[in-house]
Amino acid sequence: MKLVGKVHKYGDHVDTDVIIPGRYLEISDPQELGKHCMEDIDPDFVKKVRPGDIMVAEKNFGSGSSREHAPVAIKASGVACVIAKSFARIFFRNALNIGLPVLVSEEAVDGTEEGDTLEVNLAQGEIVNLSKKNCFRAEPYPGFIVELISAGGLVEYTRRRLLRPQNG
Amino acid sequence: MAMTLSEKILASHAGKKSVTPGEFLQVKVDVILVQDLTAGLTIESFYQIGATKVFDTSKIVMVIDHGVPAKTVQTAEGTRRMRCFARTFGIPYYEVGRAGICHIFLPEQGFVLPGDLVVGADSHTCTYGAVGAFATGMGSTDIAVAMATGETWMRVPSSTKFVYRGRPGKWIGGKDLILYTVGQIGVDGANYAAMEFTGEALQYLSMDDRFAMSNMAIEAGAKVGLHRIDEKASAYVKGRAKRPYRVYEPDEDAEYEKLYNFEVSDLEPQVAFPFLPSNVRPISQVGEITIQQAAIGSCCNGWIGDLRIAARILKGRKVHPDVRLIINPGTPQIYLDALREGMIETFVEAGAVISTPNCGPCSGAHVWLLAPGERCIATTNRNFVNRMGGPGSEVYLSGPAVAAASAITGKISSPLEVQE
Repeated sequence: MKLVGKVHKYGDHVDTDVIIPGRYLEISDPQELGKHCMEDIDPDFVKKVRPGDIMVAEKNFGSGSSREHAPVAIKASGVACVIAKSFARIFFRNALNIGLPVLVSEEAVDGTEEGDTLEVNLAQGEIVNLSKKNCFRAEPYPGFIVELISAGGLVEYTRRRLLRPQNG
Repeated sequence: MAMTLSEKILASHAGKKSVTPGEFLQVKVDVILVQDLTAGLTIESFYQIGATKVFDTSKIVMVIDHGVPAKTVQTAEGTRRMRCFARTFGIPYYEVGRAGICHIFLPEQGFVLPGDLVVGADSHTCTYGAVGAFATGMGSTDIAVAMATGETWMRVPSSTKFVYRGRPGKWIGGKDLILYTVGQIGVDGANYAAMEFTGEALQYLSMDDRFAMSNMAIEAGAKVGLHRIDEKASAYVKGRAKRPYRVYEPDEDAEYEKLYNFEVSDLEPQVAFPFLPSNVRPISQVGEITIQQAAIGSCCNGWIGDLRIAARILKGRKVHPDVRLIINPGTPQIYLDALREGMIETFVEAGAVISTPNCGPCSGAHVWLLAPGERCIATTNRNFVNRMGGPGSEVYLSGPAVAAASAITGKISSPLEVQE
């Protein structure tokens, strides 16, 4: 799958509190959550973001709380994928579980600026900066994660498992 | 093969003789925690995966602590859904007035025990590392799957050993040790790793202090923060356990990715400045920081030992006229103990507000929020941008001694400024 979008770039340690503040956590409608995405560090984000855009950040993206509302809000805001130098572990799991692609690539983050246009090939882990005419690689997912993704994510993987007749 | 503490617990729950860091496992879980703030999405995911029953009703605990008392009708509706779900599936549900803060309630009541594998829909689930449980926070979908199947997937983390040497000073607690540690290694210093706490300094710490340390393992990005079971921990667990458990010890020759040695005999009280828990300074280098609010409580420092420290400092003194001091006992049992020991009287006479056992202002979703630009010294665990309230508000993290002393002076202060 190929994604093409404009870059919104952030720094180190973007925590889940600024991705979606605690005051909105009783909301479970993704579209409503999406309206408040990033509002405490970038109030204009929801006005600027267009469907298919790409979020790029430095290290430890998604640190802090376990709220799944964070990747849900990012996805509902229109962002198609997040690229960072590293992710906090709970956020990484949550993003994959709700179908928000997340890629780890130091070189892509260093070689990308706010407003650039990126083309991301998820299957190959290839990231092309169309504005700067550069090409980067993302770290491949571990085998188990690839299995999980190709099964359609954790929800689908578990659905099939629960439907399977039990053999003793 | 030699294994660390976390590797041993993971291996036993995966039915394997040994495991190595980086390996993916399917593990059986002993306890699953669900709290109200993340329950909504958990319930939705549970239905999405087509589950019709939970794997074992005796292994799931549902607690409401974030949104109590209900702040809006929407909050009340959320907790009503949670109650209905619990009743439908026969899951134990602990009502307001009978639970308090989940991460204090579960160890207090013996739900989480040494050698357990615990997952919770809250990032501070790692608190139970103080009783030797491999306990970690996850998102709602992961927890829904664990509730339906009794299993989850894990990547075996590498382990990092933290050795604390010496004897901590009078006003130094577990919070100071863990703030110092996060300050040294950074908020991603243990990302995806297991922290193992050891060293002779820890024997001087109470269980409450050890819970505070494990609680903030996530603030260094860690998956778990494990303590070993010594006599003190053993005594704590024995009076509470209602089922058998197994104490694991790391192998002497186990491999650790990193090793840190910290001498803590001369450690000063520590304060984390906005906006990261790693932005830590010793109290002597804090300078003049006036505050409008002091908050003592949370899953990090809402334990009885924390209230005793605060009471010792506040006894016969008054909270500064420009400061509001909020005290949240962690559970009804702690509230009752504080009452019987005369602490509630001390707090009220000093001019503090006693809040119902709940998460208080920590998550910024609820009560005692800060106005724009206000500052709070808090015994909580996060000081991110706008975490506790309005734009430009600031949270400084400390242990209960500094928070209580600061409430009296009106600025961030060492307990030595008001006490011998």
